[in-house]
Amino acid sequence: MSTPLQIVVCGSFVPDPLQTLEPASRPAGPAAAPSLKNEMMLPAVLDPWAGHALFEAARLARTVAGSKVWLVSLGAKAKLQQVMMTVAQKVPFELVALDGPASGFGDSYETAEALAAAIEGIAGLDRDRLLLFGGWESASRGAGSTLQMVGERLGIAEQFQGVDQLIVRDDGSFEVLERVEGGRHQVSVCGGLPAVLGWATGNLPEPKNNPQIGMINMRAVMPALQKAKAAPLANAGLTFASVTLPKQQRETRIVKNVPAEEIAREIAAWIRED
Amino acid sequence: MEPILLLAHTEADGTLGRPALEALSAALALGGPLAIGLVGAQVKPAADRIGGCGAARFLAVEGEAFAQPRYATDAAGAEALCRAAGCAIVLAAGTSRWARALPGVAYRLGGRVDTHVANLGERDGALSVTRWFYRQRMEAVLSRAQRPWVVLLDPGCVDPWTGAPARAAVEVVTIEHPTSRTAVSGYRAPKSGEQTIRPDAKLLFVAGAGWTKKQADGAAHTAEAEELILGFLRASRASLGGSKSLVDLSGEGEAVLRFMTHMNQVGQTGSTPRHPKGLSTCCHGEEPHVVGWRFIRERRAINLDANCGWARGKADVLYVADAFEVMRHLNRLL
Repeated sequence: MSTPLQIVVCGSFVPDPLQTLEPASRPAGPAAAPSLKNEMMLPAVLDPWAGHALFEAARLARTVAGSKVWLVSLGAKAKLQQVMMTVAQKVPFELVALDGPASGFGDSYETAEALAAAIEGIAGLDRDRLLLFGGWESASRGAGSTLQMVGERLGIAEQFQGVDQLIVRDDGSFEVLERVEGGRHQVSVCGGLPAVLGWATGNLPEPKNNPQIGMINMRAVMPALQKAKAAPLANAGLTFASVTLPKQQRETRIVKNVPAEEIAREIAAWIRED
Repeated sequence: MEPILLLAHTEADGTLGRPALEALSAALALGGPLAIGLVGAQVKPAADRIGGCGAARFLAVEGEAFAQPRYATDAAGAEALCRAAGCAIVLAAGTSRWARALPGVAYRLGGRVDTHVANLGERDGALSVTRWFYRQRMEAVLSRAQRPWVVLLDPGCVDPWTGAPARAAVEVVTIEHPTSRTAVSGYRAPKSGEQTIRPDAKLLFVAGAGWTKKQADGAAHTAEAEELILGFLRASRASLGGSKSLVDLSGEGEAVLRFMTHMNQVGQTGSTPRHPKGLSTCCHGEEPHVVGWRFIRERRAINLDANCGWARGKADVLYVADAFEVMRHLNRLL
């Protein structure tokens, strides 16, 4: 393919998955939005699926000269800056920052509206040849609905979710592998851009840190953070009655010093039970 | 309860899948006036299958264009059904097809959408839903003021509807066929050529990274591990899950189980499947790894470490033993 690609990746940060998460106590009443305990203190990482999308975007951009990748990210500015210190060393991109909550309890509709408005504001973006990337879900809200709504607002009706592979052909068409039930991939061929792709894990390992890329990226990241527009999410009409941790603790029966054959017999009998 | 539209798509063979029948059960349990909206190449057999469910209306968008799961056509069909039914609540199964299309439909209708819903209930006369946040690490009950409210129910959360078939009077909703540049060309199985993910299986077998590590004799026995696991899956018809550390090994140049892909991963960025039973082997770690089998009802684990956080307090039974040895015997018994 010879026409340069314009790839916009939507993605923000989530708490490091190895952290213990607890909902913060909140005042009674439906108006109080839930949040995480010590949310601003928790170490954060780029959402894993958004990360896959970003790395796939960078790989694709490398294959077509003149292509460009933007990362549109909604989150608290201070936290975004921390996360960008790492992410910016991975692959080249231009950051478009929105200063607002990255909470899992934020409404996906409002998030989509904010992201779409930011994309509409990208100077020089040709939306007819746009590839809109993101994770098919996030590790916070896990809605799997934001990208579709961004795509709708931008008028893009070629949409794919759970994408593990994208092959762009010389004629501008592309083949997409989407995850479907039963551990299979649905194979689709799309005639051309624009399109929305929500990525699952893809096939790429996380790129190693590259300080040179980091230095180039950070020159634009800091100004982007400084001019980040405020994007508060009101969660209008959304009421959380409760947010709780699962309490169930099982009484584990420990079976030790028992011959393997006997264990196998017990497991076989258990499997055969209705 | 407000009027409910249940959206269902037919499967490739024209029938309704189990998730659609589960969503029908959930819709009926809510008790509001119910309409059914069907999308597919030919929907009459599917409509007759659930004709006795008591729905007031059966609406359909049908034609070859709606045979393939594809965003543009599915969204157009679902949008037309929602507008024709005019219901405040739109309920559908969380299949890959609806998960792709319905959020966009909610946007077109000026409504809202919630996915991965695990339970539906009523609070103050209005619908409330239960869903998980932060990768199944906390559970919230929420409601919304906006309508229509599109709700996608995760498969496996309720029992499917099992009523008798009856003739359904189907009202066909005619729409202009949406243009789409996308054609579905087929399906591709995992690279192993063997199906290891079976959503309907009674048992989830979870393999951890321990299978590829050095064993007591100082050597790794990956080939035997593959043979034992595949042998077990064939004999038990179990579905295979893998820990993140195991599926990530393929990207790190280490010895790998060749049939194990990211699609098998449970926990963290993988799935959280629902099966009646689960057997984990050589799995280690605390949260968030353990969320991979949060929705497994009966859990047993084989592990060399009696204090492993994957099993202690999470499994019903922990067998402290060598998984290779146990699985050799187990395969013979099965």
